[in-house]
Amino acid sequence: MSSNEVKVKVSHMTKKFGDLLVLNDISFEVKKGEFLCVVGPTGCGKTTFLNCLTKLGVYQLTSGEILINNEPVDLQKHNVAYIFQEYSAFPWQTVEENVAYGLKIKKRPAAEIKARVDEMLEMVGLTEYRNYYPNQLSASMLQRVSIARAFAVQPELLLMDEPYGQLDNSLRYKLEDDLLRLWQHTGTTVIFITHNIEEAVYLSERILVLTNKPTGIKQEIVNDLPRPRDVTDIAFNQLRDKVTDLIKWW
Amino acid sequence: MEHHGELKHDPIISMRNVCKTYISEHKTNEVVRDVSLDVAENEFVVLFGPGQCGKTTMINLIAGLQLPTSGEVVVDGKKVTAPGPDRGVVYQTTALFPFCTVMGNVEFGPKSRGIDKKTRRERAEYFIKLVGLEGFEKSFPNQLSGGMRQRVGIARAYANDPKVMLMDEPFGHLDAQTRYMMEAELEKIWQKEKRTVVFVTNNSEEAVYLADRIIILTNTPTHIKEEIKVDLPRPRQYSDPAFLEIRRKIEEICDDTL
Amino acid sequence: MKRKFDLEKTVYAVAAIAFFFLLWWFLTTFTPVKETTPGPIEVLQLLVSSFYTPIGNKVIIGHLLVSLRRVLVGFSVATIIGIVLGIAMGTSRWAEAIFKPIFELLRPIPPIAWISLVILFFGIGETSKYILCGIGAFTNVTLNAYTGAQNVDPELIGCARMLGTSERDIFFRVILPSCTPQIFAGMQVALSTSWMAVLAAEMVGAQEGCGWMIQRGSDTLNITLVMVGMIVIGLVGMLLATLMRTIERRLCSWNIMEN
Repeated sequence: MSSNEVKVKVSHMTKKFGDLLVLNDISFEVKKGEFLCVVGPTGCGKTTFLNCLTKLGVYQLTSGEILINNEPVDLQKHNVAYIFQEYSAFPWQTVEENVAYGLKIKKRPAAEIKARVDEMLEMVGLTEYRNYYPNQLSASMLQRVSIARAFAVQPELLLMDEPYGQLDNSLRYKLEDDLLRLWQHTGTTVIFITHNIEEAVYLSERILVLTNKPTGIKQEIVNDLPRPRDVTDIAFNQLRDKVTDLIKWW
Repeated sequence: MEHHGELKHDPIISMRNVCKTYISEHKTNEVVRDVSLDVAENEFVVLFGPGQCGKTTMINLIAGLQLPTSGEVVVDGKKVTAPGPDRGVVYQTTALFPFCTVMGNVEFGPKSRGIDKKTRRERAEYFIKLVGLEGFEKSFPNQLSGGMRQRVGIARAYANDPKVMLMDEPFGHLDAQTRYMMEAELEKIWQKEKRTVVFVTNNSEEAVYLADRIIILTNTPTHIKEEIKVDLPRPRQYSDPAFLEIRRKIEEICDDTL
Repeated sequence: MKRKFDLEKTVYAVAAIAFFFLLWWFLTTFTPVKETTPGPIEVLQLLVSSFYTPIGNKVIIGHLLVSLRRVLVGFSVATIIGIVLGIAMGTSRWAEAIFKPIFELLRPIPPIAWISLVILFFGIGETSKYILCGIGAFTNVTLNAYTGAQNVDPELIGCARMLGTSERDIFFRVILPSCTPQIFAGMQVALSTSWMAVLAAEMVGAQEGCGWMIQRGSDTLNITLVMVGMIVIGLVGMLLATLMRTIERRLCSWNIMEN
């Protein structure tokens, strides 16, 4: 899926809290349309990593820079979407209104919003639930609303922070397949952060393995297993073992 | 060594034609349909099933926290009619007493049953050590990590010296890596202190890693779909082809269950 | 979890109090306010002298102890009844059905509204004062014990049953400790309501106590005395609140130590 065009370039990203070094000189690139997974040992500082990447609030880098399309990140200009573990659907809006939210903010024409929302709801299988409110939905359906809403704005970059960490395994598999389908359909660039090595191997085209604190990059692993992938496949598990060996602490 | 199969052991847990239906004003909800299951002494049985199936109800029925609509549950020769200390429960939420220290939690059962201070202290210390929490006796649950809290839960269940251990998705809330650690840890603890275990999970990998026997349940109304014996040597390897073969088999059986 | 002594905060606190006194002094020295209101120095002088010169039949410590006794007796009795009733309402459907409507009806009536009725039934003796303080404390403690008991995690109770705990032990070892933080929150509010109640009671019919002192000052147009009474009440109220927080930190350490 990915081209050779560099979408995101992170160079020498470093973060200190006082004297405490938290992120240690992290550099990597993400190609346009690529699916990158980031895994690290439990407690490896992945939250700081994510906060720096998104430049949220006080998380200004101590040194280094992050470029999107060769320009410094500007959340006003660049179209970046997020999906977190907590469901962030607005409880007072229906499924449909939630999915349309980002498009309305961007003041797109009504007809376009309608078409886009229909398409997204169809892709995640929520068409018949479009008039439901979030508190009438199950956990996995809420997560589908989040995905539909994120993809609806056609983001240049989608950042996902362990969105399926608290779900049943069988539901997780289904949602991962939903995600892959949307990704292949839209060609969005995705950075997906997780603790779950199996999930990383299942989803990614490339895996970035982080070290323990101070967080740095231990290794980059290209994942060219053919799709659709099977978690009980031998080659799949060989790659999984390889990643596991890099971060195993237990 | 014990000689399994040669001696005729009575099962320690026996569910006979157990049904459970909730009846409310508006509707009846059949959760468990005609389940019969025998568990042998010191066997590690995993109940595996999809998300919304009645796995927790099955555990509650054995625990006596709920009573069957028809059929009966017999533990160690006695019909289950109420909760009791011969069955230890490990909860997904840990259900630790937040106002008790680690020691207070582990001692809670023996103290309730009036066991003298010296004996129960010794026993609690032994199990706290067994689960690897030495030095944390005086900590309160909110000072511990998720994995450590679950260790306390396991030690608490053990310290009451139950005949059977009921574990309801104990590692469901942990992150994937901590879960691997806890699976290995539980296996070690169980090898050292063998008990009859009924363990609920929706994770096929966890099931194959831990079980002597996997009971695959259907969606509600829950009944037993199939049983798989796992006789791989322990500790098992997640990427061992034989291990993966069993996982695949489970997924296949479940695919047409859903 | 130990809080470090914060120099900056202390400096600000001292400065704020100093500023308050300075402002008071300024207003009562250079502005028309001085016609009616005593300055801080006058008030402090009377405060100091009242430690050895009796006001009415007692020195100031005596009045304070009288008020304190009334508050503590009323508050303690009300707290015990409130905890028992609140937990009963929170754990038993029968108790809830019987007591909740009465409680909801009486709850909005402030202690001051009870004064006439209480005096009518119990006279102007000590009993009336205890009862009025008790009424002030009672609603807060009951309400908090009630919500606390309602919110005890049912899984914890199930878990205790599985471990072989008797119903009596479940009350003392699960339900009661679970509600403790909430009960304490209620007790803190209750204590200040008790103070308000005692002052109101003493201002109506009494020969001693802080409330009586203020009333006496007011009757004799001795504003300095009124202010001395107010300062003493402020200081003691602050001390009691601090004491309660210290006890709470001891008793509910498991709840406070979040990391």
